Amino acid sequence: MNPPQLNPLYRARKRQNVVLLFISCLALAFGLFWLIWILGTLFYEGGAALLRAQFYYRMTPPPGEDGGLANAIAGSVLLLTAATLIGTPAGILAGTYLAEYGKKSWLASATRFLNDVLLSAPSIVIGLFVYSVYVAHVRHFSGWAGAIALALIVVPVVVRTTDDMLKLVPNSLREAAVALGCPTWKMIVLVSYRAARTGILTGVLLALARISGETAPLLFTALNNQFWSLDLNRPMSNLPTVIFQFAMSPYADWHRLAWGGAALITLAVLGLNIVARVLFAKKD
Amino acid sequence: MAALDSATGRPLIRTTVRGGEPAPAATELPAKLRVRNLDFYYGGYQALHGITLDIPENRVTAFIGPSGCGKSTLLRTFNRMYSLYPDQRAEGEVLLDSTNIVAVARDLPLIRAKIGMVFQKPTPFPMSIYDNIAFGVRLFERLTKRQMDERVEWALTRAAIWPEVRAKLDQSGNSLSGGQQQRLCIARCIAIKPEVLLLDEPCSALDPISTARIEELITELKNDYTVVLVTHNMQQAARVSDYTAYMYLGQLIEYGDADTIFIKPQSKQTEDYITGRFG
Repeated sequence: MNPPQLNPLYRARKRQNVVLLFISCLALAFGLFWLIWILGTLFYEGGAALLRAQFYYRMTPPPGEDGGLANAIAGSVLLLTAATLIGTPAGILAGTYLAEYGKKSWLASATRFLNDVLLSAPSIVIGLFVYSVYVAHVRHFSGWAGAIALALIVVPVVVRTTDDMLKLVPNSLREAAVALGCPTWKMIVLVSYRAARTGILTGVLLALARISGETAPLLFTALNNQFWSLDLNRPMSNLPTVIFQFAMSPYADWHRLAWGGAALITLAVLGLNIVARVLFAKKD
Repeated sequence: MAALDSATGRPLIRTTVRGGEPAPAATELPAKLRVRNLDFYYGGYQALHGITLDIPENRVTAFIGPSGCGKSTLLRTFNRMYSLYPDQRAEGEVLLDSTNIVAVARDLPLIRAKIGMVFQKPTPFPMSIYDNIAFGVRLFERLTKRQMDERVEWALTRAAIWPEVRAKLDQSGNSLSGGQQQRLCIARCIAIKPEVLLLDEPCSALDPISTARIEELITELKNDYTVVLVTHNMQQAARVSDYTAYMYLGQLIEYGDADTIFIKPQSKQTEDYITGRFG
């Protein structure tokens, strides 16, 4: 064999390596460039609003007056909590059925396919759906309608990740539990969930991150509310629609609040992810 | 009636060869598991053909044979592992004392609790070492904290791993080495006090030192349990087993006293496999 410098095949491979490494670094830089630009703009424009205390305790103001986003923040927290509480159990149970019971059966395959369709459904369709089956019947916009619309977005995300994560749990672990005389449901709860819990939690957070920025489904359901209201049976203020409304307006102080709201959502999602990861990384 | 082997002092089990005597029903030892005409199917593929053998109580019985001969499949019928997979089924009888395991329809977990199983790859649960042991115990017994502590210590001691883990019972089972994990799994089995211990190639993922420890452990465990071992390693079968079954293509070719199988096999096929001319 030739020494490395003389082997033409080896030299060609080294050249390919350099080219491919360069291209992948370029792709990485491309992605990071936009991300940093977006985050930079967000905090440059919205950072100042976040630092004022009244941002958190005053209501959304009429144009030209000073105010904050207290009602929108409270509304968003309420809507997101309700949507997560409705969507997560349903999603986890359905995902558990798919991975642990249905497996490759006809029903499971059909469910999986429909779930994927729902996963990629435009969120405005979901908003219109809830409008037509709920809002149009009770004849008023409400926080519940918004929570249901968001929950419908949570479900397919959680179903998909739960299914995927449970499938990653090795069968040998299940067999080991069953061999000890463990009934199936107990094996799922005590062993499968435990082994997959970081993944399942990631799915829930992913869903939460997705719905915290959703505007379209809320426009037809929760609508908006200028005043402080924690009543889920009435129209409810929320960050995305306020951002939408304020950003489209011609008023500079509304713009500042909209930027602040956007920065707040981003920070909240980031913070939630970090907290969950730190909490769960400690175990195992 | 129980004839003793003049060399080993062990009771004799009649060696059987396929095509010879019909069934080795007449072991002089009390049989813990009796397999009768067992067929096994993976979907349409028949993996076991009319297996009949007796597994004597408080002895180590080893199944040997080339890959795919059905030895693991046979072992897995003993605690109905195949019931987890809808396309797998068994026909025939596997009698644990007087219960036909194959026919059990309800309360399967109770049967499985009597027949512990250790797998090829260590399978510690994603929980602490203590909880790994307590997991199985909690399924069937309500113990006080103190009783549970004692049981955990007892099982870990019995599996010869207590000194290594006593100071870190709250650490994850995954933090142990492969050999330790396997002994942890054996301890987990023992903790629920089964009657039979099934070991499916328990050492194939382990280094020689860990293997030696597990083999030592197996020899000790047979005083209290009936041990059935599947192994690829013929030396291992020769070292630890009292009775050995040679299987090939889903059939039991020869079954009998380990010394006979390894020193004076009755069947040409067994001899070829043992001597390494085949397999």
